[in-house]
Amino acid sequence: MDTSETILSVKDLRVRFRTLDGVVEAVKGINIHVNAGETVAVVGESGSGKSQTMMAAMSLLASNGEATGVVDYRGRNLLTLSKSELNQVRGRKISMIFQEPMTSLDPLYSIGNQLIEPIRRHRGLGAAQAREEALKLLRLVHIPDPERRMKSYPHELSGGQRQRVMIAMALANDPDILIADEPTTALDVTIQAQILMLLAELQRKLGMAIVFITHDLGIVRRLADRVYVMRYGEVVEEGEAEAIFVNPQHAYTKMLLAAEPTGIKAPPPLNAPVLLEGRNVEVTFKIGGGFLAGEPLILRAVDHISIRLKRNQTIGIVGESGSGKSTLGRALLRLLPSDGFIRFGDRDISAADRKAMRPLRRELQLVFQDPFGSLSPRMTVGQVITEGLLVHEPTLSGRQRDLRAVDALREVGLDPNARNRYPHEFSGGQRQRIAIARAMILKPKVVVLDEPTSALDRSVQKQIVELLRKLQADHELSYLFISHDLAVVRAMSDYIIVMKQGKIVEEGPTEAIFSNPQAAYTQTLMAAAIDVTRFRLSA
Amino acid sequence: MLRYVFRRLLTAIPTLLVIVTMAFFLIRVAPGGPFNQERGLSPEIKANLEAQFGLNDPLWLQYVHYLGNLLRGNFGPSYNMPDFTVGELFARGLPVSIQIGASALILALLLGGLLGTIAALNQNKLADYSVIALATAGSTIPTFVIAPVIQLLFGLTWRLLPIGGWGDGALLNKIGPVLTLALPQIAIVARLMRGSMIESLRSHHIRTARALGLSDWSVVVKHALRGAILPIVSFTGPAAAALLTGSIIVETIFSIPGIGRYFVEAALNRDYTLVMGTVVVIALFTIVFNLIVDVMYAFVDPRVRYD
Repeated sequence: MDTSETILSVKDLRVRFRTLDGVVEAVKGINIHVNAGETVAVVGESGSGKSQTMMAAMSLLASNGEATGVVDYRGRNLLTLSKSELNQVRGRKISMIFQEPMTSLDPLYSIGNQLIEPIRRHRGLGAAQAREEALKLLRLVHIPDPERRMKSYPHELSGGQRQRVMIAMALANDPDILIADEPTTALDVTIQAQILMLLAELQRKLGMAIVFITHDLGIVRRLADRVYVMRYGEVVEEGEAEAIFVNPQHAYTKMLLAAEPTGIKAPPPLNAPVLLEGRNVEVTFKIGGGFLAGEPLILRAVDHISIRLKRNQTIGIVGESGSGKSTLGRALLRLLPSDGFIRFGDRDISAADRKAMRPLRRELQLVFQDPFGSLSPRMTVGQVITEGLLVHEPTLSGRQRDLRAVDALREVGLDPNARNRYPHEFSGGQRQRIAIARAMILKPKVVVLDEPTSALDRSVQKQIVELLRKLQADHELSYLFISHDLAVVRAMSDYIIVMKQGKIVEEGPTEAIFSNPQAAYTQTLMAAAIDVTRFRLSA
Repeated sequence: MLRYVFRRLLTAIPTLLVIVTMAFFLIRVAPGGPFNQERGLSPEIKANLEAQFGLNDPLWLQYVHYLGNLLRGNFGPSYNMPDFTVGELFARGLPVSIQIGASALILALLLGGLLGTIAALNQNKLADYSVIALATAGSTIPTFVIAPVIQLLFGLTWRLLPIGGWGDGALLNKIGPVLTLALPQIAIVARLMRGSMIESLRSHHIRTARALGLSDWSVVVKHALRGAILPIVSFTGPAAAALLTGSIIVETIFSIPGIGRYFVEAALNRDYTLVMGTVVVIALFTIVFNLIVDVMYAFVDPRVRYD
């Protein structure tokens, strides 16, 4: 492939945002170039400025942002073009797809309408011709039944299909460069793999250059020819993808590469007591129905699942969105009404109501995915983590509670002074530590961890995994670890349950599942997540 | 959709019944009655009148009679304007109120929508601040101040408009009341529109539209505006019900024969039937316009599905 000609070069690009706290420099004078037909990855964690770099290049910065420097596309500086000149390039020569397939399409117009619009605008085709082109594009991105899909609205499509439609829109005018900003981050692993394969296939067919903005080194390893590693608005390392993986130079790159969670969890002894047991647990949701509205639709989110969690054991529950894994976790803690038998210790809690559950809550704790939404913004960290003590140990004095808060924060690796500050002053990883401290302060026996690392950067994920491991060893905790992230699940669990559509597809010891998956679905899942073979071998 | 409308209309019946019942008994709990005023009615005449209107019957019987009449579309006679039935009063006044109210509503939606959009597109710039200042003024200055000012300037100083009166529905006579009624609504719509347009312009699909190189017109009008209009649609339901049933202040100051005056007058005079009639009309308008809004919603937003 011809990679000699440089078509896009970013020179000394700076991006600044005027905020209430003064000017924030998001990108600090970086240089990047893209050659015709190649795949470039811009890698970095949140806040590295990788997205803002490309937003600036496309003049898509928020209104308080400004960019200086040069973004040279085939001899023209995009930063100085007039709006109408710019719109000759955007969507035509350089196009973009985004992380959020759910919200990146206009919810009020049909797929066909949205697909036809850029075709007509840039190519000046008539309505009928543009429609034909749109259908061709839908076929190109493998949307089944394209005639019918033209009339569909975005909400009627799955996440993967919407991302395919976005790709079709971006490729409508045969661009030189496709910028893909975390295109698969919001998708399930099997869908991620499909979208990446599609992009590789389209690149082979159409020959455009692709710029991947991503935090996912798996994508980089599979697809990229060249890599830029960004941190705090600067490019810290650049080079051939192979070279960077084999022989990283910068300490940050080395850290990123080492950030995949590793290690294994030894199973508990065979005679360890079963702490939490569910037999034939079933959760159903009614959709619709009511006065004059006819029969409701019954959705079986958890379908006759049995599970035995021993002391000091971690059961990983794996599945894609909608598989019922979170619902199962909540049902086992009796946070949702369910049918079937549930036992905690030697108590049958199948029918325990809220009041009966309350004294048990301190031993059955839950940590959520979203470290931003799950901490009350109007309470200090100290208040957040000691709130449970007010309920479960009401005899403690304020002084004693404060001491417990200090201990809990130390235990999760935070400065005890943090207790006088508010959650918004902390980063995502620190907030997740606070959420863990809130659970640990009650000295629980069982903790349900519902995607505790999914919202975090890889390097932070690893720290949280290590923290959870240490806490488990120190306190003989039992974890129910719910996640779609197989790498993290593998490092955390000694037993794995694979769920799909409310049912168990496969279960067994971690190594058995990973080394020799039996069910076809598990195999697909593994292949999508773990396999690092390249989708496209570069020339 | 038809099924949904039918269901909504069906559920309106118990709603109306509750409203009618509460209003019926509440106004009768209030001390006094329609013929208690200091007109020096002799006890015999008063007794006769009360007998004639059935006011001596037990309360439950009066209630049953009222419901029966209402079902036949008969609002009953007005106690204080004995020459008219309540139905006749509405037949004369309602068209006037609807004309003024509808004009004010349309003006408010168009002008308010436009101002709000301009403000949103120029966020934190001069145009934006001007609209905000105007909107704040519009929603804080009471109508009983705006109306006389309009009369003073347009009627007396510049002699462009008549000071008041209906003039058999002449266009010039309507301008003052429509403006007075519309100004606060323009302010509300402009604020709503500004807020939802700013939010809409920030949404991801607008970023997509820009990244595709679509024209500003398409980005703003086709994509941003349609999404931003939803809160305005919700606002229109209750606003229409309020505006179309008249305003006592505007009708009194401009001496317009609408129905807005009746509600307060009737309540003060204990004109039971007229109070009830007004309650029923306002309730009906509210129910119907909220239904219309919900149906409109489904047309603007394909994600909204009924049945």
